[in-house]
Amino acid sequence: MTDSVADLAEMITQKLLANPKVPRDINGNSRIVEDLAFDSLAVMNFVMEIEDTLDVSVPLDKLADIRTINDLAACLHDIKAQ
Amino acid sequence: MTKLFEKHAALKAAYDSLNKLSPRNPFGVVIDRPLSASVGLIEGRETLLFGTNNYLGLSQSTKAQEAAIETVRTMGVGTTGSRIANGTFSLHQKLEQKLAEVFQRRHAMVFSTGYQANLGTISALVNKDDTLFLDADSHASIYDGAKLSGAQIIRFRHNDPADLDRRLTRAKDTPGAKLVIVEGIYSMTGNVAPLNEFVEIKKRHNVALMVDEAHSFGVLGENGRGVAEMQNCEKDIDFIVGTFSKSLGTVGGYCVTDYDEVDLMRLCSRPYMFTASLPPEIMAATLSALDEIRTRPHLRQQLQLNAARLHSGFKELGLPTGESVSPVVAVTLEDVPTAITFWNMLLEAGVYVNLSLPPATPDNRPLLRCSVMAAHSYGQIEQALEAFGDIARKLNVIS
Repeated sequence: MTDSVADLAEMITQKLLANPKVPRDINGNSRIVEDLAFDSLAVMNFVMEIEDTLDVSVPLDKLADIRTINDLAACLHDIKAQ
Repeated sequence: MTKLFEKHAALKAAYDSLNKLSPRNPFGVVIDRPLSASVGLIEGRETLLFGTNNYLGLSQSTKAQEAAIETVRTMGVGTTGSRIANGTFSLHQKLEQKLAEVFQRRHAMVFSTGYQANLGTISALVNKDDTLFLDADSHASIYDGAKLSGAQIIRFRHNDPADLDRRLTRAKDTPGAKLVIVEGIYSMTGNVAPLNEFVEIKKRHNVALMVDEAHSFGVLGENGRGVAEMQNCEKDIDFIVGTFSKSLGTVGGYCVTDYDEVDLMRLCSRPYMFTASLPPEIMAATLSALDEIRTRPHLRQQLQLNAARLHSGFKELGLPTGESVSPVVAVTLEDVPTAITFWNMLLEAGVYVNLSLPPATPDNRPLLRCSVMAAHSYGQIEQALEAFGDIARKLNVIS
């Protein structure tokens, strides 16, 4: 797999769908808090899982601007590019 | 004007639904007055206190009370100023010297609350060019201090030195200072940190380590200095932060260290500089309580026995609790409605514990959090266990 934003968004989506509580109709534009009903702690813990998969660390302040799955994918793409 | 509160609509909805489930507001319990360290008057009933953090019972210490009364008579009730203006009394310096002596460190800095001790220490040590590594289950005061500092914040998995090691390795080329922050005992679950393992990681990466011993000071270690003393790694910890409002029974916070630069912290730590200093009677009571911790080691021994009994009692009942035996003993439940009903029934049975709800809890599950005291009698602990068992069976939490 490449590390394009689209690939990262797909990887995140698949990881989210592994959780049976997550709605089945999500896509890159789904809002993590509003559409997936994640609270701030759940978001931070989910991002930890992604960090381990990609071997990166996401500073907490970066999460403040993330609304959608695509936002998270773009953020991870930037961090990996650094 | 109403727009101010629009952003809290989700909070209001959550609070309203909580109130529908609960005959009383779990965040509004009033202790009319303590009758002793372990019994208080709540809703007109004598109630066993199993949720107060008053581990050694010293909030009701006669010696501390006398010290406070005498000091009020001679020094008044407040300082009316910050430590860097008119708010430093000789008692502040005496308390700092005493804390440094107790911890066998060169320096101590006293704050007006434990919350401010974390805010003031973290924000004085790191800034936007630095990186903080926080245990994921860190207390809100650590997260808030991290935010105030402006540093980059990296979370690592709770009590997981290997995960910290991986994250420090990833950040090895990041410029700026690096500070790792963990707690001795975690306030929600009672989990004890493997500080000796964190020390090894810190040394390997040549970074600084700060430990919050708020819930472990006075409780663990041969002399009650906390988890670091118990695990024989005190000297490798750069900064120890704590509070007076747990085992010492008063209010306030501190940071102890061997770094001589601590006096610079007094000039750049906003939560230290821009708030009124501790009033004299609180410092007198705290000094007295520090003496009691030193001269009454049997309080610590009794506390350990009591904690072990409550912990094993929950295990015997089949109630899910943590593996660490510490004075914080929490029962984890699967859903919020059961936890709320359970907590209300406990209070009606005369047992007060803390109801801790997500997202303030690990794993998104609610907790019935108990804090054990040296002052609890064997009979009081058995009474609490009996209440837990009866209610758990009624609610089908256990069979």
